[in-house]
Amino acid sequence: MTATEVRTGTGTRTMTMVAAINDALAVALERDAKVCLFGEDVGVMGGVFRATDGLQARFGRERVFDTPLAEAGIVGMGIGMGLAGMRPVAEIQFAGFLYPALDQILSHLGRYRHRTRGRFSVPMVIRAPYGGGVHTPEQHADSPEAVLAHVPGVKVVIPSSPTDAKGLLLAAIEDPDPVFFFESIKLYRSTKEEVPEGHYTVPLGKARLVREGDDVTVVCYGGMVEVCTKAADAARAHGIGVEVVDLRTLVPMDTETVLASVRKTGRVVIVTEAPRTGGFHNEIAALVAERALDSLLAPVVRVTGFDAPYPPFTSVEDTYRPNATRVAKAIKQVLDY
Amino acid sequence: MTEPQEQDMLTIIDASGGCVRPDLVPDEETLARLYRAMRRARHFDERAVVLHRQGRMGVYPPFGGMEASQAGTALALTHDDWLLPTYRDTGAALTYGLPISQIVLYWRTSPHGWAMPEGLKVLPFYIPIATQYPHAVGCALAERMQGRRNVAMAYIGDGGSSEGDFHEALNFAGALDAPCVFVLQNNGWAISVPTTAQTRAVNLSRRAEGYGIPGVRVDGNDIVAVHHVTREAVERARAGGGPTLIETVTYRVKPHTVSDDPGRYRTEDLTREWLEKDPVTRLRTYLTTRGLWDDAREDALTRDITQEFEAAVEEADRFSEPTPSEIVDHVFATPTPQLTEQRAQLLEEYGA
Repeated sequence: MTATEVRTGTGTRTMTMVAAINDALAVALERDAKVCLFGEDVGVMGGVFRATDGLQARFGRERVFDTPLAEAGIVGMGIGMGLAGMRPVAEIQFAGFLYPALDQILSHLGRYRHRTRGRFSVPMVIRAPYGGGVHTPEQHADSPEAVLAHVPGVKVVIPSSPTDAKGLLLAAIEDPDPVFFFESIKLYRSTKEEVPEGHYTVPLGKARLVREGDDVTVVCYGGMVEVCTKAADAARAHGIGVEVVDLRTLVPMDTETVLASVRKTGRVVIVTEAPRTGGFHNEIAALVAERALDSLLAPVVRVTGFDAPYPPFTSVEDTYRPNATRVAKAIKQVLDY
Repeated sequence: MTEPQEQDMLTIIDASGGCVRPDLVPDEETLARLYRAMRRARHFDERAVVLHRQGRMGVYPPFGGMEASQAGTALALTHDDWLLPTYRDTGAALTYGLPISQIVLYWRTSPHGWAMPEGLKVLPFYIPIATQYPHAVGCALAERMQGRRNVAMAYIGDGGSSEGDFHEALNFAGALDAPCVFVLQNNGWAISVPTTAQTRAVNLSRRAEGYGIPGVRVDGNDIVAVHHVTREAVERARAGGGPTLIETVTYRVKPHTVSDDPGRYRTEDLTREWLEKDPVTRLRTYLTTRGLWDDAREDALTRDITQEFEAAVEEADRFSEPTPSEIVDHVFATPTPQLTEQRAQLLEEYGA
């Protein structure tokens, strides 16, 4: 348990997102003997962000353990554990360090159920901190979610609040199929809220309306939800109703919530900190074009990172990563069309 | 065979069928079991090539000449242990117990061949090279975590031992004390690239030293020796002694697959030399010389395995072809709305 947590009475506790993730892992380990955690520095040290803090001491070295430093090995070994009856939860230290494991992910992780016609499956969760906003060193701030969302057979979850993080992570661990769980580094400790104690799940594939409004729909997820909510609240002060849709899961995507909102507002802005070309936001744009074109009052506008590697240059990092000002401009653009 | 390749290699029955280590020869029943397994595997391999020519099986990678290496290792497992074969290890899979009809259907690219039998702990043939090695570590650790003393055995070739997954898995297995047996079948060729161009290393079993685990080198065409060292490795793993790397020194006398033409990259002089060391002939000579085998027994065995194979092919023939909508089945336990929509689209377009 981290020092940031305060017990506030029965039923809930004030938690940061990283504390809520730690709590979800503890609940999962407590409830199911088949759950095990592993990765680089997750054992004694409790992970570089302390997401697994105290769990080895509490649940033992057989269930929470450090692995050699090799991501393909971590994911590959986890696949084998999942095939043989365990519920492995692997931590990849940063999403940008996931790439050595792509062979295992593309060739096996999402394919096993299909290639054995349901005989074998891999109920594995791969957690990884992702995204920018905290001035990390080079290659520590990537947002590779679109790469994973493109792989058949794997789910992709990206929480934006402590309560969601805990409930979605428990749902991911209990899911019979592989799930990527990307955790925004920026959100790990930036906010606290009351989080239910004990076990609960937030279902995968259900978006959340963070703000309701009639004029513009803003679709976002993970680290961008905070940014978009700020822009929506600023617009509200000027009498503009912005509906903020937090996707929560990219795969499966809650298309109905997105479409219902777009049909109501007729204007849509899609926000991500990932590079622009080929990103998951384009899937949302395609969905709107295919299914809600008649409702549109303005062209779809995307607010994204750039088609350049995430810049580790502190002074311009906040220019690459969308902020509330850029989102506000996009909202104005669809309103002024 | 050049001299360095024979370094530190255990042989029990030599190429002429003579015994060089009488102290390590098992009982007659075991010898008969080993011989039968090799003959059964060879029958499959020979018939599979014919089925392919008849258009009744797809692309197939033959393993003929490697029967000792595959059957000798697989026979060291029980059905509580895991087997992770590559695409060339049909001989290991069928020896372990994967039904022949299933294997035929697999190489016919039928989904019925992909639907692995419930309860059988054999994973489907691995196509991406070396990726099965880390899985074996996971399977082995999962067995231990669930309180069972079962092991995982994974196969690879000399080419596969160049992949990172091979090295990561050996290191993981050592560091985490995983009950694994890693079988490296050094058959001299990775499609067209000879082992001598693959690596400067001559004795591949010595790669184990880099990971602090035992490495064993064995005559891969001597099933008695292969079985002996594999049983030792399995017993060690089962007893908590950790993983072992076994290099079986053999040769790919066949083409890479039925659509490969080895004439483009090798002369067959060496192949002829290796045919002289044939694993099936070798053990049969040994058994016959000692009065443990004769033509009558050979004929009876041939009848048995021919009948078994033909019945399996008939069974495979009874399975229907997949329908278009099956493409999107079994992606997730519960289909996503997107897959449900795509399935409906397939049904609408193709009616099945």
